[in-house]
Amino acid sequence: MSALHIKKGSTKHSAYNLRPNFSDVQERHTITVLVENEPGVLARVIGLFAGRGYNIDSLTVAEVDHTGHLSRITVVTTGTPQVIEQIKAQLGRIVPVHEVTDLTVAGPFVERELAIVKVVGEDDKRVEAMRLADIFRAKVVDTTLNSFIFEITGTPDKIDAFADLMRPLGLTKIARTGVAALLRGE
Amino acid sequence: MTREMTGAKMIVQALKDQGVDTVFGYPGGAVLPIYDEIFLQNDIRHILVRHEQGAVHAAEGYARSTGKPGVVLVTSGPGATNAVTGLTDALLDSIPLVVLTGQVPTFMIGSDAFQEADTVGITRPCTKHNWLVKDTEKLAATIHEGFHVATSGRPGPVLIDVPKDVQFATGEYQPPKPTASHYQPLVKGDMEEITELVAAIEKAERPVFYTGGGVINSGPAASQLLRELVEATGFPITSTLMGLGAYPASGKNWLGMLGMHGLYEANMAMHDCDLMINIGARFDDRITGRIDAFSPNSTKAHIDIDPSSINKVIRVDIPIVGDVAHVLEDILKVWKSRGRKTNAEALANWQGQISEWRAISCLSYTGSETTIKPQYALQRLEALTKDRNRYITTEVGQHQMWAAQYLNFEDPNRWMTSGGLGTMGYGVPASIGAQVAHPDALVINVAGEASWLMNMQEMGTATQYRLPVKQFILNNERLGMVRQWQELLHGERYSHSWSEALPDFVKLAEAFGAKGIICKDPADLDDAIMEMLDYDGPVIFDCLVEKHENCFPMIPSGKAHNEMLLGEAETQGVIQSGGAVLV
Repeated sequence: MSALHIKKGSTKHSAYNLRPNFSDVQERHTITVLVENEPGVLARVIGLFAGRGYNIDSLTVAEVDHTGHLSRITVVTTGTPQVIEQIKAQLGRIVPVHEVTDLTVAGPFVERELAIVKVVGEDDKRVEAMRLADIFRAKVVDTTLNSFIFEITGTPDKIDAFADLMRPLGLTKIARTGVAALLRGE
Repeated sequence: MTREMTGAKMIVQALKDQGVDTVFGYPGGAVLPIYDEIFLQNDIRHILVRHEQGAVHAAEGYARSTGKPGVVLVTSGPGATNAVTGLTDALLDSIPLVVLTGQVPTFMIGSDAFQEADTVGITRPCTKHNWLVKDTEKLAATIHEGFHVATSGRPGPVLIDVPKDVQFATGEYQPPKPTASHYQPLVKGDMEEITELVAAIEKAERPVFYTGGGVINSGPAASQLLRELVEATGFPITSTLMGLGAYPASGKNWLGMLGMHGLYEANMAMHDCDLMINIGARFDDRITGRIDAFSPNSTKAHIDIDPSSINKVIRVDIPIVGDVAHVLEDILKVWKSRGRKTNAEALANWQGQISEWRAISCLSYTGSETTIKPQYALQRLEALTKDRNRYITTEVGQHQMWAAQYLNFEDPNRWMTSGGLGTMGYGVPASIGAQVAHPDALVINVAGEASWLMNMQEMGTATQYRLPVKQFILNNERLGMVRQWQELLHGERYSHSWSEALPDFVKLAEAFGAKGIICKDPADLDDAIMEMLDYDGPVIFDCLVEKHENCFPMIPSGKAHNEMLLGEAETQGVIQSGGAVLV
């Protein structure tokens, strides 16, 4: 007889009972990370998210300072307030990370994403696609007699809206860059 | 003097410039140029281990017992992958290590060459940082940076992967430059938070210090300041497994270890306190138990050098990011300047309550005239060695918890154990590393026979370097902790938790060129321990103990601190203290 009086199949068998006692409201945060552009640095950031079970909604990276070899990583993530705090603290302890800024907290900020969208169609659908592209200020960057590739820039929501409208008009492929973002003002 | 030299020579030079006196390693094809350079000098001692995992744990034992970083040198491929467990162990316990691995030549990387592994890829999540050095010109600076990163902030293991062609090529040697790195973690705590903590200290009615490995990592000054603060305030103090020795076990405010197998008075004090001051500990799940019932009525302060430790598991009220020694110094300064106030009357009541808990004697057990109880073996070991210059390492399991409960530590850096990762096989090599660092000290590895077998090959290292390590094996012919959980939680189905084919440890000792001692009668135990202590060489002590003893006290997983199991005492109806709901 077990001294603990634990029923068969009880989850209390687990040694890792770590039910969080914090708020479980999910928040979306845009975080920018200034890193030394050294080999493996992106793998460190992605590995951190994968290894600790955090979400990546979007991630962009490019070298922004060619003399100082610094890259800016912009990552959009979703989590509870406690998880967001942990993400920032964990990013901050990666050795080649110089700076972590939570734009959602430090804001207001501007965020933009670029997408290129291939729409295949003829006749009315083709005309309607052109008309909608105009409304969204999307540019035509390639065309054949029965296809367009549009280039569109905007917030992720705007790109979602554009893609949703293009889907019945023959959207076949879409490529998105992920979000780049900066704080407003000085 | 020209500073132009080969990469291999640079490595040895950089180690010398970093003050390294000992390297634990194992040669192989991809590190032969470095071994050539080691052969040609006498400043750095190389300890040849028998397995790369042993090298890393030995370096951990060296690091933990000296406060200096441990250095490891292994080859590419399997050499590096064998080091992974040790690296993860050091990462979780914040042990500073610099691990140098050989790699196939740069022009062969990615070709699945012989003994090639993606070492930096494999070790990225189990090091604090790592580097693949592709250019000899950058090699020395990278090694210096490696030492800086390993020892600054929250310490940890770093790995530097050096392709063989980089070892052969020449470049200009760069001496260490203290300011070269952008990595400079804050050491001073925020004064506002410190003042808030001091105000809380002045008012506290039921305070407790909860200290951890961070105090030991911060250096001897931190332990000194901790002692001063504890004595001056009169607050009770408990510690995690990793922090034992920072405050002396003989100190009057000492509660003993807390946590899953911690002492009743320590856990009850944690549960009922109104001010918890966490110094260099991290609210590990072995400590907190059920977190939504963890110390429900306390103000919590947390001093930690790693910002990610704060609010990771437990929400704290007074977070202080900084080095323990620096922060304690400021706390003492502010507290003294405000008139050294404490709530003396309330403290006296609190001490009274603690005395009641203490009176339960949670470590009491049923003795035996015929079999050696493991607790008894450790009590005798403690009695016969406490006045010696002693270092203790352990393996992982019941014996580890009993060692933490029954051995007393008066000073930091005397206790080496695998806390975070719980690595069976840690103790034998760690004892070797500690003995290398302290050749004249008494180094004892308190082991279970199952863990001990995991890295027993390192006895060859002990014999080769005449390291008189004492392997004190509490042999219950079981995986004791697994067996205990199976008994308590899995309907006594003892699935694969015993060994039917244990070696004869005395013959094994002789085969390794060590001394073997076997003891199974409690009446013979003292003489046998004395025989072990008197022997001037490595000893394997096979102490045959009670096979079915359980380790108590125990907070079952998913239970709160005040729901401890006290084992034997529970059935005897000894516990009547109000508020304690003992399952």
